[in-house]
Amino acid sequence: MNPETKKVEFSEKAQKEIRELLTHYPDKRSALLPVLNLAQAEFGYISEEVMIMVARLLDLTPPKVFEVLTFYTLLNDRPVGKYLIQLCRTLSCALVGSENVLGHLKQRLGIEVGETTRDGLFTLRTVECLASCGTAPVMQINGAFYEKLTREKVDRILDDLKRGDPPVLKPMGEN
Amino acid sequence: MKYEKVLHKNLETPGYTGSLADYERQGGYQAIRKALKEYAPTQLIDLVKRSGLRGRGGAGFPAGTKWDFLPKDPALTRYLCCNADESEPGTFKDRELIERDPHQLIEGMILAAYAIGAKVAYIYIRGEFVYGAQVLERALAEANRAGYLGKKILKSGTDIEIYLHRGAGAYICGEETALLESIEGKRGLPRNKPPFPAIHGLYGKPTVINNVETLSNLPHIVNRGVEWFTSIGSPPKSPGMRIFSVSGHVNRPGNYEVPMGITLRELIHEQAGGVLGNKKIKAIIPGGASAAFLTESSLDVKMDFESIAQVGSMLGSGGVTVMDEDTCMVSAALNLMEFFAHETCGKCSPCREGSSWLVQMMRRIEHGHGRMEDLDQLVRICNNIGGKTVCAFGDAEIAPILSTLKHWRSEYEYHIKEKKCLVGNRGGQLLTIGKH
Ligand SMILES: Cc1cc2nc3c(=O)[nH]c(=O)nc-3n(C[C@H](O)[C@H](O)[C@H](O)COP(=O)(O)O)c2cc1C
Ligand code: FES
Repeated sequence: MNPETKKVEFSEKAQKEIRELLTHYPDKRSALLPVLNLAQAEFGYISEEVMIMVARLLDLTPPKVFEVLTFYTLLNDRPVGKYLIQLCRTLSCALVGSENVLGHLKQRLGIEVGETTRDGLFTLRTVECLASCGTAPVMQINGAFYEKLTREKVDRILDDLKRGDPPVLKPMGEN
Repeated sequence: MKYEKVLHKNLETPGYTGSLADYERQGGYQAIRKALKEYAPTQLIDLVKRSGLRGRGGAGFPAGTKWDFLPKDPALTRYLCCNADESEPGTFKDRELIERDPHQLIEGMILAAYAIGAKVAYIYIRGEFVYGAQVLERALAEANRAGYLGKKILKSGTDIEIYLHRGAGAYICGEETALLESIEGKRGLPRNKPPFPAIHGLYGKPTVINNVETLSNLPHIVNRGVEWFTSIGSPPKSPGMRIFSVSGHVNRPGNYEVPMGITLRELIHEQAGGVLGNKKIKAIIPGGASAAFLTESSLDVKMDFESIAQVGSMLGSGGVTVMDEDTCMVSAALNLMEFFAHETCGKCSPCREGSSWLVQMMRRIEHGHGRMEDLDQLVRICNNIGGKTVCAFGDAEIAPILSTLKHWRSEYEYHIKEKKCLVGNRGGQLLTIGKH
């Protein structure tokens, strides 16, 4: 390991959660995905240092962690904006106007798909069906669903986030 | 028609929050009391077999029969996995069952675990369901505290633990053996079969995988009996209720719980309020993106496993996507092909290579650079994928192209000849539903 790499450690709370997680499986390796999810929540993304730490923790080689990290699309191996916007473009959303929403998002944020705004606030991604086709077009921001999107609604959502109101998790049909 | 709700009864009751107290007030957790008292595990398997309950995840395999495949040796560790990966485009029924009535699912899982002798069960929930995961964690904690889960549940001799396992974004992990790989901490690559999970499943142990909706049916079958269950829906082969997720160009998109076997016409025109702007229907996908497109002429087909198969598609996940007369079939097929090309796991070469060729050719046609020979070439590539892969993903990904080519070949030809779209005009605004 590069001697300059920072040492990273899970918080007390996360360590406790990991100890609990390990009791759920007969095999430590099974905790890999949950631990990576936790790591992402804790550090924002899975850096090389985090990857190596997770590998040690679960008695795995780093490549075993790496191959999982790169397989699953929700795991980020590089930093993303404070708010990760994931707009669905699959058929049911496309049929009712996800392209228009995308155009508007790009214009409002001044970025292309895959990019992050200069202030580090927003990253824009397009994703596949989010299982919310009945309330299309939809996007998720940091795990919260935003449904039946229109230009006006997108404006409201972005303004709220800029003002500092965090995304709120809600059941289907209520956001 | 209005129908008596079963799986949706609680969540459509005003004020119902999905808490343990609410679930119990509605008669919840009586089924496990009844089962523990009245049925030995083998009797419960027999009951579910006689009910004819078929899987709601996609393949429609009879649940009791699947359970019965497990080896009988009581010394073997067994596992139950609930498939809550719900990623089939057009499908959003499991999410609602999880978010609004988590205890119905948990009770169903307890019944299934008891029947097959599993002491440990996992719920594999797709990573995007962050709210759903919170709801389930809360509900599992409640059920543990109340003694429905844990050691010696309800003071019986049965131990059952249920753990939530969150995915992290991969459609393929809904395929049952990829799901097992994913729980084991690996990439979600489907396994070769045989051996089937019933013999060699999670950690090499006998395992049953069932869908959220399948499991949520179980408390009702135990409470109300086989005779009741086989009297609703489309018996003998497709008994029971079914939740259809209706989306696309309809006035009231949403989840509708109806008896299996109502017509597509009733589902779309009565339940989902008809087509947006009173337009004509051009195409319907009846069972998720993996199911072949149907034309308007199939509107009177019954929504049960056999009837939909007879018209050349499948009931699949119950995701019904409706497209009106102005929808371009080339771009609809391209949209789904992009989905499959993005989601191929890369294990089998026909699917890995074929999916990207198909996307490239479809894009070319959509953009007016196609050639007439491309149409036969599309079919050839599809035929080299179908049936030639480890899992059913290969058969799924060719359905949109093959079925749209079959029904709307003229739209493809128009794109190629005229270098534009025949119908791509919606109130003066260009309709592009591909992702390019
Ligand atoms: C590519 C692919 C994706 C699948 N995705 C799901 C899914 O998201 N949810 C699900 O329940 N079944 C899915 N299935 C079906 C499962 O493999 C399996 O048949 C099902 O979970 C069994 O449960 P059931 O018998 O209760 O339906 C998928 C199958 C394939 C081939
Ligand atoms: S197609 Fe967008 S949520 Fe399903």
